[in-house]
Amino acid sequence: MNIKENIKTLVIKKPLKLDCGKTINNFPLAYETYGSLNKNKDNAILVFHALTGDQFVTGINPVTKKDGWWSYAVGPNKSIDTNKYFVICANVIGGCMGSFGPSHKNPDTNKIYGTDFPVITINDMVNAQVNLLDHFEIKKLFSVVGGSMGGMQVLQFISNYPDKASTVVPIACTSSHSAQNIAFNELGRQAIASDHNWSDGKYLSNNTLPDKGLSVARMAAHITYLSKKGLQEKFGRKLQERDALKFGFDADFQIESYLRYQGSVFVDRFDANSYLYITRAMDYFDLVKQFDGNLSNAFKKTKAKFFVISFTSDWLYPTQENKDIVIALNAIGADVGFVEIKSDKGHDSFLLDVPDFLKTLKNFLDKSYIER
Amino acid sequence: MKTEYKIIVDLIEEKTRVLDVGCDDGTLMESLKKNKNVDVRGIEISKDKVQTCVSKGLTVIEGNAELDLKQFPNDSFDYVVLGQTLQAFVNPEIVIKELLRVGKKAIITIPNFGHWKVRLNLLIKGTMPITESLPNDWYNTPNIHMCTIKDFVKFSKIINFKIFKSLALTNKNISNINNSNLFYKNLFAELGIFLIEK
Repeated sequence: MNIKENIKTLVIKKPLKLDCGKTINNFPLAYETYGSLNKNKDNAILVFHALTGDQFVTGINPVTKKDGWWSYAVGPNKSIDTNKYFVICANVIGGCMGSFGPSHKNPDTNKIYGTDFPVITINDMVNAQVNLLDHFEIKKLFSVVGGSMGGMQVLQFISNYPDKASTVVPIACTSSHSAQNIAFNELGRQAIASDHNWSDGKYLSNNTLPDKGLSVARMAAHITYLSKKGLQEKFGRKLQERDALKFGFDADFQIESYLRYQGSVFVDRFDANSYLYITRAMDYFDLVKQFDGNLSNAFKKTKAKFFVISFTSDWLYPTQENKDIVIALNAIGADVGFVEIKSDKGHDSFLLDVPDFLKTLKNFLDKSYIER
Repeated sequence: MKTEYKIIVDLIEEKTRVLDVGCDDGTLMESLKKNKNVDVRGIEISKDKVQTCVSKGLTVIEGNAELDLKQFPNDSFDYVVLGQTLQAFVNPEIVIKELLRVGKKAIITIPNFGHWKVRLNLLIKGTMPITESLPNDWYNTPNIHMCTIKDFVKFSKIINFKIFKSLALTNKNISNINNSNLFYKNLFAELGIFLIEK
């Protein structure tokens, strides 16, 4: 797959000291932009992607040839209106859509990094991406927006750079990854590691791919993005292209077939080692601990306006975890709004066509933009 | 705008910090922002209404006053407003104490159960009163702790808070309530509006 021609890359020369202690420099950060930057350079929104997202937020993704991951929310006249705003999104470091990641070659050894790639954190991700502001000569973003792991980056960003955004929109996320979420991520990582082809992460040098492991990881994770009610309504016990049970281990049920399909298409676009690195970054995320147990201190220096959004059926990043962010902000008198959107689409609600969500996000941004 | 809101706006000083508890569709918040240049926040239990407030550019959190006032530190607002909902809480005493912890002052409005129409309704019909300001049947009303203006004044002594200003709303006319006219105001006012302090 030759993806390079469709990918814009910024080479970051400034050394970046990672949380693990290593320093990286001259590394690529792949990004994409939508809309145009105005004269005052004050209409930019930095969107952060989730675990398996990339910089291709909307329109047709030139690599996968499918719709961008946030096509419902970002585009002309949409919630994040590209007629109005200049939208920037970067592939996270550790990722596999052009940014510095484990499938890159180590210049010192001329071998693919694999698991020799340094462990990265959410903090490292945002510290890499802040370089985009210098690149576009943007002093202050109008907004930072993201859901799930994107929301964690939003929180980390405003904590690290309190003056660099006017509005802050963390969606369906948490300030501290829960034991349950670490558990699910570990399940995914173990699925990959137990695929014989993974070979301790050296599969690219061996010209093999741990497809089976990665696809099982995706299947398990995919269940956590949906709700029980959503699954039941969509699939129930419906059978897959058959009238009766076959008394075997084929995909009798539609839900089995659906998950197998989700797993199989995922391996075409995602790198197994990147999956390990990014889930690790999520697990290490604990903004509460970074501020010695007091989350409020993470936001003390910023005057930004926050808007926190959660979803009723999201059991992966439940409302209470989102509300903890609101509570920490209210404790210091920060400007924070909060709404829990009713949806039975689970954690994935923020990616899907959920009109109440899309409308609320648009209203918040557009009103704040007028009043800025 | 409702006369009640106009009175509340008049009671609030300019450039202060205000929390509107049960802010509904944000009408009062908008007016406060426009007329008094205050930094105003809202709490609202209905998702639809929170979304309406967001569409007006207001800072509102979805929440319940009985559970969600806890997150605000002492004296974080100059005023906390509670419009016509005190009677709907399980424990009005705790709510008033929370309002006065979070705010330096609180403005509470109550639909007056002592109004003559309410009394007459019960006396003549012998059923739970239904009036313009109390439109629900006994079995579907959110109001579980109805009180009269007199009750509220009495309550201030029992749980020990100061009533700084008490106003009666009668047929859209505003008047002061004092000890000598309490009997009449309690009979003729539809709404009591109180500015209270610790």
